[in-house]
Amino acid sequence: MAAPRVSVVGGGLAGLMTTIKLAEAGVPVDLFSIVPVKRSHSVCAQGGINGAVNVKGENDSPEIHFTDSCRGGDFLAHQPPVKGMCYAAPGIIYLFDRMGVTFNRTPEGLLDFRRFGGTLHHRTAFAGATTGQQLLYALDEQVRRHEAAGLVTKYEGWEFVGTVRDASGRCVGLTAIDLRSMKPKSFPAAAVVMATGGPGLMFGRSTNSIINSGSAAAAAYMDGADYGNGEFIQIHPTAIPGMDKLRLMSESARGEGGRVWVPKRKGDDRPPKSIPEGERWYFLEERFPKYKNLVPRDVASRQIHNVVVDMGLGIGGTMAVYLDLTHIPRETLKKKLEGILEIYEKFTGEDPCDVPMKIYPAVHYSMGGLWVDYERTSEGFLNLSSAKNQATNIPGLYAVGECDYQYHGANRLGANSLLSCVYAGQVAGPAVLAYLAGLQAPDTTPASVLESAEQKWVARYADLAKREGPENPYQLADELGKWMLENVTIVRHNAKLQETDAKLQELQERWHKASVLDHGQWANAPLSFLNQLWNMLHLARVVTLGALARDESRGAHFKPDFEKRDDVNWLKTTVASFAPEGPRFRYDPVDVSLYAPVERKYD
Amino acid sequence: MARQTIELKIKRQDSPTVSPRWEEFSLPWQPNMNVISCLMEIRKNPVTKQGQKTTPVHWESSCLEEVCGSCTMLVNGKPRQSCTALIDPLGDGVVTLEPLTKFPVVRDLQVDRSPMFDALKRVKAWIPIDGSYDLGQGPRQSSAEQEISYAFSRCMTCGCCMEVCPQYNDASEFIGPAPLAQVRLFNAHPTGRMNAQERLVQIMGVGGIVDCGNAQACVEACPKEIPLTEAFGELGRQTTILWLQQLFGK
Repeated sequence: MAAPRVSVVGGGLAGLMTTIKLAEAGVPVDLFSIVPVKRSHSVCAQGGINGAVNVKGENDSPEIHFTDSCRGGDFLAHQPPVKGMCYAAPGIIYLFDRMGVTFNRTPEGLLDFRRFGGTLHHRTAFAGATTGQQLLYALDEQVRRHEAAGLVTKYEGWEFVGTVRDASGRCVGLTAIDLRSMKPKSFPAAAVVMATGGPGLMFGRSTNSIINSGSAAAAAYMDGADYGNGEFIQIHPTAIPGMDKLRLMSESARGEGGRVWVPKRKGDDRPPKSIPEGERWYFLEERFPKYKNLVPRDVASRQIHNVVVDMGLGIGGTMAVYLDLTHIPRETLKKKLEGILEIYEKFTGEDPCDVPMKIYPAVHYSMGGLWVDYERTSEGFLNLSSAKNQATNIPGLYAVGECDYQYHGANRLGANSLLSCVYAGQVAGPAVLAYLAGLQAPDTTPASVLESAEQKWVARYADLAKREGPENPYQLADELGKWMLENVTIVRHNAKLQETDAKLQELQERWHKASVLDHGQWANAPLSFLNQLWNMLHLARVVTLGALARDESRGAHFKPDFEKRDDVNWLKTTVASFAPEGPRFRYDPVDVSLYAPVERKYD
Repeated sequence: MARQTIELKIKRQDSPTVSPRWEEFSLPWQPNMNVISCLMEIRKNPVTKQGQKTTPVHWESSCLEEVCGSCTMLVNGKPRQSCTALIDPLGDGVVTLEPLTKFPVVRDLQVDRSPMFDALKRVKAWIPIDGSYDLGQGPRQSSAEQEISYAFSRCMTCGCCMEVCPQYNDASEFIGPAPLAQVRLFNAHPTGRMNAQERLVQIMGVGGIVDCGNAQACVEACPKEIPLTEAFGELGRQTTILWLQQLFGK
């Protein structure tokens, strides 16, 4: 009997960590990624990774990290996975240190930590301001080591298009398309782990890489995997506005002392340095004297929106506020924030050490994602030998990283994403092993199952490759992005959400009249995009209709008409399941047994 | 008069086996555009300057903030990331886009840089940890050491240094600047140092460090200002010591 192989889809932090855990246990892994894994979106994470190592004499602890995270997420996350993650965090940071990540150091040579939003503790380990890149490279190197040893086979430049299922519904493989030959192929796998990241592209421009279409997770959803808390989309308060994308300006800029302000006088367009202190309004510091500029992201984004849109106080009447680092010595900034300052300068031509940066909120992260299970212990941790952890409702299909919904509730705290990706990978590895151990006969899938899955996709792409029509898929995507950005982000109104859903259905109609633009058979990106766009439109409805249904405000989900959190009716997980006519929703209870919900206040 | 249009000339090639051709595009000027936003505009209306319908231009990109290394191409003849290639600073002339020349073309502006990743395998660019278990803290390092290593660890395998290196070409077996610099990085790490020899032997023979012609073009081209030539000096020293040790049987 051949050893069971496992497929991991996605080579960011979560996928690579899962791969390492499986390879270490001797399980061969097929690793699929649309890009060389070293170019995955994890590289974009800047500020750091959280872990309560408590090096600054602040009496920090994993328990405080846990309660900060629950409160930061407005109590929508199941607490045992969050607790498990926070307690594992210091060990995860040490592991990366052993892998050679060039974390910043204290004078004594220990790991340095900085402050991030939603906490009062120095809890964030960092490597300059390119921490995600550095962590990804560390895992990429370890996976390359397993690849060189023959345990990992990479399929880079392959795109996941669907699951392969046996007669009982169990996931027994996947179909992927080679983005060069444009040929779909089915691969057998004893289990499949989705690690495919977030759906930022449905909002057009965001801080996400443009490969983050969410299409793979949407494909799993359309294959029957449930999708949890889709309406919870994080808007990062500080991004650099741009034509092609909104580039992140890390929260670490505020962690290192950056101050957010606007001129007090409406339309004041004097150069920022010539505006005297007394004529500046540091609105976050004034409104939140305790957390100041380091309130959680949802709070900061709403405040900036309020000051700019409702009060009309954007810089010189524009959609921007200042993020000011100019009071901090240049050498300190270079040491701790170099990567992001360099990016700001390259794109705007201004040196943020000399001139305050102009920033505005942007779509950043999806707390929602594929619904996954877990098994808790009586102490409230995860039972790490359970096959249930990170398992979707489809047997044999797992999900980790931003494409799962598990760890962040209604709002993610800064520097918890790298942590959750790595932790989910660490948990998924043993969970898949437990699942494999429970399989009766792993290699009994009839070849016909794989063949018919492959034929289905060959036919699908043959059809798409012929498409002619008046619509351009990239223009349809533009429209999708504009509608989602305007109506399904910081402030949500039911009437607008309804209109947006109608628009999404119109776009689905028009998608059928879209041209493929290129009838070639080699490296045909529009062909791949046409398929992605279909999936994106379905997932956009999950986000929009989930938001429409939830008549309360919680974390990143804010409705002016329902301003308060409503625990009686809405302390519930949104679970969407696919139907061709539109998502069906159910609402599950949330395990809040470890830390009872309290009012969320940061002032 | 304010600028009205952006003129682009793009080298197109439908597949690795066919000949390249040039196409011209003219787009309405908008503020703050970069090369990638131009390519995105073209695919929304793939028509050449001459009014001919064509296919969207094929290129590789991901993060658009110069940390993923995907979108390297020749912009007006110079290898760089097309995301940070802002249009206005390029001047009013035609913007020329071509694929890198040192790697096989996949299609249009996308090339196959897998030789760079293979080289990372060859030089064993990793720390051979005992396992991904919780085995306690890593080794202490001074802030000064960290700063030097951090510079090398920012290499995003973008290929600019390989493109400009006169020694890296079809006729030579030279491994190229980027993977060499990674040897420098891992050999400096307190744990990585234990396996320094294994990496050094990979770069001591043909195609190794001695094939570097010290043209210093790489360090000029690196978008992350990685001190590549300093690394090669250090590696020259390390390999010489190892060679002497081997010579005298130590």
